[in-house]
Amino acid sequence: MPDDVKTTSAFDGVVAEPGVAKPDPIMVADNVTRRFGGLHAVNVDHLEVQRGAITALIGPNGAGKTTFFNLLTGFDRAGSGKWTFDGDDMSHMPAYRVARHGMVRTFQLTKALARLTVLENMLLGATEQRGERMFNALIRPLWGGQEQANRVRAEELLDRFKLIHLKDAYAGTLSGGQRKLLEMARGLMVQPKMIMLDEPMAGVNPALVQSLLQHIIDLRDEGMTVCFVEHDMDMVMGISDWIVVLAEGEIIAEGRPSEIGANRAVIDAYLGKEHGTAPSEEAS
Amino acid sequence: MDFASILTTALAAGIGPVAAAYALAAIGLNIHFGYTGLLNFGQVGFMLVGGYGIAISVSILGWPMWVGVLLGIACAIVLALILGFPTLRLRSDYLAIATIAAGEILRLFYMSSYAEPVTGGVYGLQQFAGDFYDLNPFPPDRYELGPLSFGAPELWIMIVGWGLVALAAVLVYLLIHSPWGRIIRSIREDEEAARSLGKNVYWYKMQALVLGGVLGAFGGMVMVVNTQSASANSFDPVVTFFLYTLLVLGGAGRVFGPILGSVLFWFIVVGFDALLRSMIANGILPFLESGDIGAIRLSIVGLGLLLLMVYRPQGILGRREEMVLDAR
Repeated sequence: MPDDVKTTSAFDGVVAEPGVAKPDPIMVADNVTRRFGGLHAVNVDHLEVQRGAITALIGPNGAGKTTFFNLLTGFDRAGSGKWTFDGDDMSHMPAYRVARHGMVRTFQLTKALARLTVLENMLLGATEQRGERMFNALIRPLWGGQEQANRVRAEELLDRFKLIHLKDAYAGTLSGGQRKLLEMARGLMVQPKMIMLDEPMAGVNPALVQSLLQHIIDLRDEGMTVCFVEHDMDMVMGISDWIVVLAEGEIIAEGRPSEIGANRAVIDAYLGKEHGTAPSEEAS
Repeated sequence: MDFASILTTALAAGIGPVAAAYALAAIGLNIHFGYTGLLNFGQVGFMLVGGYGIAISVSILGWPMWVGVLLGIACAIVLALILGFPTLRLRSDYLAIATIAAGEILRLFYMSSYAEPVTGGVYGLQQFAGDFYDLNPFPPDRYELGPLSFGAPELWIMIVGWGLVALAAVLVYLLIHSPWGRIIRSIREDEEAARSLGKNVYWYKMQALVLGGVLGAFGGMVMVVNTQSASANSFDPVVTFFLYTLLVLGGAGRVFGPILGSVLFWFIVVGFDALLRSMIANGILPFLESGDIGAIRLSIVGLGLLLLMVYRPQGILGRREEMVLDAR
């Protein structure tokens, strides 16, 4: 773990309790619910995400982390609730418009576009391309210049994510870790204000994890808001500025990494409420 | 047996107007299936509305033929919108179900006695392409093309048909090598990824469905103008599967795949027919009659598709490495 990471001072004076107000929230969500039949998958009363910080969303399996992510990014429909992003009401907005508003996500199971090259994957991310209109597409001079500018930007990002040597390879030939990097870089082509990473470290080999973590920290240092879902507590503790803990769809705790590590409710949620007692009683 | 004449028959079919019509419809299907990943099993329905667009305009409404072309295009657009509106938000299987049903509904409706005043019912419509053949610049004569010989009207429809194929190929080439085409192909790979990058997937799928449908309508127009006859039964569902066969043969997702596929498909199918016929006539296959050839032709197409899937799933022009990556 990078121990020398500086956390932002933005959270000074913020009390570590569920639903607490942040000094400069980029996203505010209220009463967001999603049910699957009788199961309350997500039931979040209030959550604020601080701008320019790394916020981790953690919780045991089935806590509703990914579902909550899907709701916020328009990939699933909330039963109720309202949330704003950078002042705009984003509730029930289709996913493509969420992305255009500057909130871009990645996926737990990476979605590299296998039969497009790495560079094409990147170029797809660029917004407001004139050549994306069918009639413009036929006339190259209308969009060739813009394409060239996007290409330069894409190659810069690929260079930064150490994928430039693979730019003409099909994305389907990349390793799992390279796909995670590509997906992150592709998301940055959208020039988002906030990037939402769904388990960015899952299935990535340990050597690449360090570089992924460093990329996330660099993004934050450049002023981007990062929100990510993760299982692995060690990773989360190392790089997060703020941690939100979900269990059974509800936020049970919020706080700085040090506070979360010592939080009784969090330990209970992860290990089960019986963890302090003898195994014989658990079996009953 | 006269192998030279079998070969010439096959060659004439390979470069003939029917092959051009199928190539056009297959270019449309290639946009759907090869580039966007839309499973359209009713391409024949687009051909039908295109063909009847001309036939009805001229024979029933007495309009000039170019208006009929516009009507055919308009019908294809409307059909694409009707099919796409409810299904393109759903998983791709739903479009497949809707299109296969729609193609069959259209065929049955056009030949129903209820529609007879407009469509000619089971008799269909004939002799509506006079405008087209009046434009024929070739004086009536036989024209030799190597070992082949064509009449002036046939030559004219072939030139226009393959001209349209060339135009469509250029159109597809330009579109696919543009940011628009990149979105279309990304939808084929993973539409959620495209959505997560701010692309309105539904709208692009609709554009692709309409464009491919209009090209299908042009295929239908070439087909009916060639024979000067529109009959609903020639728009059988099996036509769509012939289109899939030749598309896979040539290589789906390649600009020239459907064109090469159509030429080879008709060369092989008609050549095989001629071979069988000649063998039967010479008593080589005493257990067969010429009436069996239609059924044998279908089984041969099926067998060919099967072998293709096993040994060369990417088709002739496809890239093997792309096929390997297609592990959805």
